[in-house]
Amino acid sequence: MLDLINVSYDTQIPNNVGLSSDKRVLKALEKWHPGYINWWNDLIPQNFQESMVYLRTAVSVDPKGWAKFDYVKMPEYRWGVLLAPQVEDRRIPMGEHLGEPAWQEVPGEYRNLLKRLIVIQGDTEPGSVEQQRFLGLTAPSLYDMRNLFQVNVEEGRHLWAMVYLLQKYFGRDGREEANDLLIRSSGSEEAPRMLGAFNEETPDWLSFFMFTYFTDRDGKMQLESLAQSGFDPLSRTCRFMLTEEAHHMFVGETGVGRTIQATCEAMKTAGISDPYDINKVRDLGVIDLPTIQKKLNLHYTLSLDLFGQEISTNAANAFNQGIKGRYMEMRLKDDHRLINDTYNVLDLDGDKIIEKEVPALTALNMRLRDDYVKDAAGGVGRWNKIIDKHGIEYEMKLPHQAFNRKIGVFSGKNFDPDGNLVSGAAYDQGLTEWLPTHADGDFIQSLMKPIHEPGVYASWIAPPKVGIDNKPGDFEYVKLHMA
Amino acid sequence: MSPINFEVFPESYRHWRVEYEGDIARVIMDVDEDGGLMEGYQLKLNSYDLGVDIELADVVQRMRFEHPEVKVVIMQSGKDRVFCAGANIRMLGGATHAHKVNFCKFTNETRNTFEAAEEDSGQKWIAAVKGSCAGGGYELALACNHIILTNDSTSSVALPEVPLLAVLPGTGGLTRVTDKRKVRRDLADVFCAMEEGVRGQRAVDWQLVDEIVPNSKFDDVVTARAAEFAAASLKANGLTGIKLTPLPRKIAEDGSISYDLVEVAIERDKGLATITLNGPDTAPPASTDALQAEGADNYLLKLARELDDAILHLRTNEREVGVLVFRSQGDPAAVVAHEAMLLDNADFWLANEILQYWKRVLKRVDMTARSLVAVVEHGSCFAGPLAELLWSCDRSYMMQDEFEGDNRPLATVTLTAGNFGRYLMGNGLTRLQTRFLGDPEAVDRLEAQKGEALDADAADDVGLVTFIYDDIDWEDELRIFLEERASFSPDAMTGMEANLRFAGPETMETRIFGRLTAWQNWIFQRPNAVGEEGALQRYGTGIRGKYNMERV
Repeated sequence: MLDLINVSYDTQIPNNVGLSSDKRVLKALEKWHPGYINWWNDLIPQNFQESMVYLRTAVSVDPKGWAKFDYVKMPEYRWGVLLAPQVEDRRIPMGEHLGEPAWQEVPGEYRNLLKRLIVIQGDTEPGSVEQQRFLGLTAPSLYDMRNLFQVNVEEGRHLWAMVYLLQKYFGRDGREEANDLLIRSSGSEEAPRMLGAFNEETPDWLSFFMFTYFTDRDGKMQLESLAQSGFDPLSRTCRFMLTEEAHHMFVGETGVGRTIQATCEAMKTAGISDPYDINKVRDLGVIDLPTIQKKLNLHYTLSLDLFGQEISTNAANAFNQGIKGRYMEMRLKDDHRLINDTYNVLDLDGDKIIEKEVPALTALNMRLRDDYVKDAAGGVGRWNKIIDKHGIEYEMKLPHQAFNRKIGVFSGKNFDPDGNLVSGAAYDQGLTEWLPTHADGDFIQSLMKPIHEPGVYASWIAPPKVGIDNKPGDFEYVKLHMA
Repeated sequence: MSPINFEVFPESYRHWRVEYEGDIARVIMDVDEDGGLMEGYQLKLNSYDLGVDIELADVVQRMRFEHPEVKVVIMQSGKDRVFCAGANIRMLGGATHAHKVNFCKFTNETRNTFEAAEEDSGQKWIAAVKGSCAGGGYELALACNHIILTNDSTSSVALPEVPLLAVLPGTGGLTRVTDKRKVRRDLADVFCAMEEGVRGQRAVDWQLVDEIVPNSKFDDVVTARAAEFAAASLKANGLTGIKLTPLPRKIAEDGSISYDLVEVAIERDKGLATITLNGPDTAPPASTDALQAEGADNYLLKLARELDDAILHLRTNEREVGVLVFRSQGDPAAVVAHEAMLLDNADFWLANEILQYWKRVLKRVDMTARSLVAVVEHGSCFAGPLAELLWSCDRSYMMQDEFEGDNRPLATVTLTAGNFGRYLMGNGLTRLQTRFLGDPEAVDRLEAQKGEALDADAADDVGLVTFIYDDIDWEDELRIFLEERASFSPDAMTGMEANLRFAGPETMETRIFGRLTAWQNWIFQRPNAVGEEGALQRYGTGIRGKYNMERV
């Protein structure tokens, strides 16, 4: 265990922000640290805390060699505070301060908005760890267990990154917010996480993969926008977090892909060509493709909700004030101010879905969501290639943006996955085809049996093509502590 | 624009639900986004416009008359994660100055009404705050008698108007923070300058809320607290209400309105409305049972309801009518008898409610930004509560001696016990005390004349009316006055009258309607808020308001 009293930050916490010479922030982090360790220890089942996990740890911000792999007990993971290297003479890339030098300190007038954005981002990081806390118990392989823990510790590090910003730049308010990040808890009745999607449970591994593919991709889009921030420390933090986030989406994409692969292989071996012959497929100990599609529908639509209302004042303010940019702001060829520009958003005219031209500034949520939809389509195409390769006629699809929404203009309306408005009766009936039912959940749960033997995988998921850190197939990614 | 109607019915509420559970009622705010009174905005996040507040005012009024069994009212949100986001900003941004001012005045009157429900009617309001409670949302809570905030580390109370919109929390916000909750002024300064508000223990420490409760226990504690308050209430048990029946209102082509007891004749070309109050043609109810049986048909209740509706209608829908003339016709002795029945039975709930309602209606008249003039003609019945109108008005004119061809009884004014403490103004004084601020003994002398029908000379002698004129001068004097009045700048009139009407001590109420409202209305005219580049106009565009940094 860590020595909680004499934490030596420069040795325990890799950092490139000169923590040892920043006594004020050091003191603040020292105060926050025990609460964080308690949070972690209460969260992850004890035998996993004691296990040796083959994890990568960020040790530098050099793109060529920023991480090293080794066995580590999770509570001893070195959660570092790492910012991407400072860009010389960086300028604010958008809004009314376009072209002015990026801020190295928080501008007083934007303090609240900045703090709120950082708190919301920070709140999602531990939220996802909480949602995934019991998945270790049913890992389909040691490889997957290791990936789960890798995602978990890195979400923990992202929390650290946000907490560092709060502690360093936002005074007493920032410290209180940092403490509250440890008080709120996913799904808690007492103090839930701020965003809805982070209070939904992650009940099984397929959900975990869908979550890391779809919901972490929202995280990626948000980080990409915050990486454009005129507040330079936030920009640098987010740029480095994106490096790690890429792995989480890799876990999601390959996880879903391997699940599909196992299904297709089993169907082929058993000579089943009809993907809708669900019971027969399930008898093979794999998850049928229509159920995978239902999971996709659920997680994709929950993630779309994370982008908020189509028309948003806050998003407009954040852009204009130089606090949050667009996806790939630097590559966009426009004036980066958008004062007189317009953007088309989806809207409802009575029951009809229409495109409406609105001031571009207020449509930034929608724009980011559009970028997200494009970004999320890539993996779906690759999943379909796997199905195609096995000669099965089935296609995974992203449902229409109007389907199953809780936030925005489509919320509460009965749209089917193709974007048709249907009657209440048709909707109720269709739901069992469109979203996972409790029965689907029961079936998936029945497959969730832990596999602890190196190199062995549960029936419903195929082995990865290559190991982590190029390790061989039977590598023992987690040395389980069996108390 | 079609006229705004202030009469609504529970069956057609779009924004509120009321649930009655014995002596506890729940008032649930669940604003219909698409139910805005006007085009061009959506009432998101439980934000409100005048239409939402008209319904709330109806809830409050019916709670008192139709549900006297209720001792505790819980105000809560029907939406997740938001209590109330306050007045709708796009509505404010798009509204005319006059609409903004009228809207604020009406919401202020409604806040005052449920705030006073505990003292006046034994109905205590609890704000059960879950989710964000900002601006006008916190002002709703502030007007409640007890505020409970959930401690979920997210829910907060906030007054973000200054940093966010460059206007004030003008529906009593600034005033109630300091005068009612007695928040220290430096902490109030911090609170009112921060966008995100205060949550958890600090909200209690700063006295912004009365208690915080763990989120998981929130509903239980709210229910328990309501039960405790109900048990501690001194109000009688098991009272049965009366039905507030629809008003018999007819609006004519030229804007004139007639009810059963009230008539409003409108002369738009002269900017003039004449409001005639008719006296009773029935005897007062013989007993409290009879009063209960009369219900909404009781003379003084009916008159108050009709007058209240007429005033609200004129304020909002007849904005170029600058002068309101109050006249009455009927038997003053009958008015006195009706009021006496209520005064003698003031411990009976309905008698009390009718008297309290008269207090509110008269305050509404005080607060009406039009030139008010009372005309005491022969055959009039300015007695008791109706006599109060003489001192609500900026001036009064009374007929002296017999008029040729007029066989109505000579004009009189009759004081009753009611005039000496029943109908207090916002400043906490009676209208007579306010009128004779420099000569308190004059009020004592008048009290000795209770029950006498004072003719013009007597009324003039003791200063109850402004001018008395006989047959020769009457018509000309009145015409000249009305013509002159109609020619003055309406802004100067409003300002002058509002300043002269409220002599005497400041109360929270006068500070809200005077200081806070005046500053707010000034800000509502300034480019920093409402100019093309002002914060209110720019809200929602993402571009900040541009301020002229000169301090004025």
